[in-house]
Amino acid sequence: MTSFWTLFAKELLRFVKVGVQTVAAPVLTALLYLVIFGQVLEGRVQVFDGVRYSAFLVPGLVMMSVLQNSFANSSSSLIQSKITGNIVFILLAPISYLEFFWAYVAASVARGLTVGAGVLALTAGFVELRLEAPLWAAAFALLGAALAGALGLLAGIVSEKIDQLAAFQNFVILPLTMLSGVFYSIHSLPGLWRGLSHANPFFYMIDGFRYGFFGAADVAPGVSLAVVCAAFAAVACLCLLLLKSGYRLRT
Amino acid sequence: MGADAVADYRRARRMLGVVPQELVFDPFFTVRETLRIQSGYFGIRGNDAWIDEVMAHLDLSGKADVNMRALSGGMKRRVLIAQALVHKPPVIVLDEPTAGVDVELRQGLWQFVRRLNRDGHTIVLTTHYLEEAELHCSRIAMLKAGRVVALDSTRNLLASFAGSRTTVRVMARDGAQHVLQIDGYGELDRELVRLRGQGVEIADIEIERPDLEQVFLRLTS
Repeated sequence: MTSFWTLFAKELLRFVKVGVQTVAAPVLTALLYLVIFGQVLEGRVQVFDGVRYSAFLVPGLVMMSVLQNSFANSSSSLIQSKITGNIVFILLAPISYLEFFWAYVAASVARGLTVGAGVLALTAGFVELRLEAPLWAAAFALLGAALAGALGLLAGIVSEKIDQLAAFQNFVILPLTMLSGVFYSIHSLPGLWRGLSHANPFFYMIDGFRYGFFGAADVAPGVSLAVVCAAFAAVACLCLLLLKSGYRLRT
Repeated sequence: MGADAVADYRRARRMLGVVPQELVFDPFFTVRETLRIQSGYFGIRGNDAWIDEVMAHLDLSGKADVNMRALSGGMKRRVLIAQALVHKPPVIVLDEPTAGVDVELRQGLWQFVRRLNRDGHTIVLTTHYLEEAELHCSRIAMLKAGRVVALDSTRNLLASFAGSRTTVRVMARDGAQHVLQIDGYGELDRELVRLRGQGVEIADIEIERPDLEQVFLRLTS
């Protein structure tokens, strides 16, 4: 277990050392979204009954920050290690592929939750929030961060260059998070787009997380949790298969 | 060494300390952090006493808390060696450790490696410099295009491939040069007596020993 804890601690230390860039910057970005969209759209967009738009927006922004930063942590760490070559220290050490996977994912979860907590703590000063079902919120935050961290690991394994990873981030992760209902309730969308939103796993994470705050959601939280669990299991299995085979790490 | 590299990879990897050829490092950490992390990867906690000792031997103590990014190339190479030693592996693999390394570090490096060897570590050295191999290694494998073309003790390689005749150059005081071909050193004395009998005053003698480069060229030509 020492190998796992060391790799996990190394990954933690890595983002903590550049905390301004890895934690403070994304918190500021989320605050800017809140200030701008909250100001412009307050009172113009109909969301849940009795919920102000800015209050509706906050959990979405928190979860978006969690997802994007969890993804960024594992993916950027792995691709940097591959490109600079220091991945060799991990590959030559007696570390199993399971330890490798969980250390990267756990550190990603830690970064995602740190940023999410930062956004929540700062926005709570501006917006009045209820927390109806905190356990649901915690479950979605944790699982969402783990899914995004595993996706980041997958992208880091498959990518051989920074621009391949950036393409994955910009053309897959960013659209999926932005179109997941962070800024709107999918009930306000036309039928086709509402249907398409149901195919986006990120939608279920945001919707389920929001349920924890308002006790209201577009989809029943149990269904959302099942979808997120299934998505995590699928991505984790794929990651573990690739790590076990050494694909693009040892080959 | 009795450990399957796939089925029993943990034990197999613990037996090896590898110093990679490229100067790879993690720019987020200091020298001490790097060595602590490396120890942890091998399942070792609280390794500071040994880390301090290794750093002292490699002249790294003064750089313990310096970020890896701020080190010179030679210093980074030393950290790589220290990393390979944190778990005290019985076998140390040095992959071209002297490529692009200055004279002072090279001397220090060989001194330290000899010490490790005396302490019982087996050293596997890969190098393009055949004089290095000849000087430091007791057993040599030569590879060409990924295939082993020779594997024997250094002495046997030199003896069996370089031919039995030794060339001796004798420089006379008058500037003349005499080249002798002898079959063994016993013949040398006879030949020198013969030269002196001819009135040659000997100023210098140079014995051309066969070297590994000749062996390699003969093997691969």
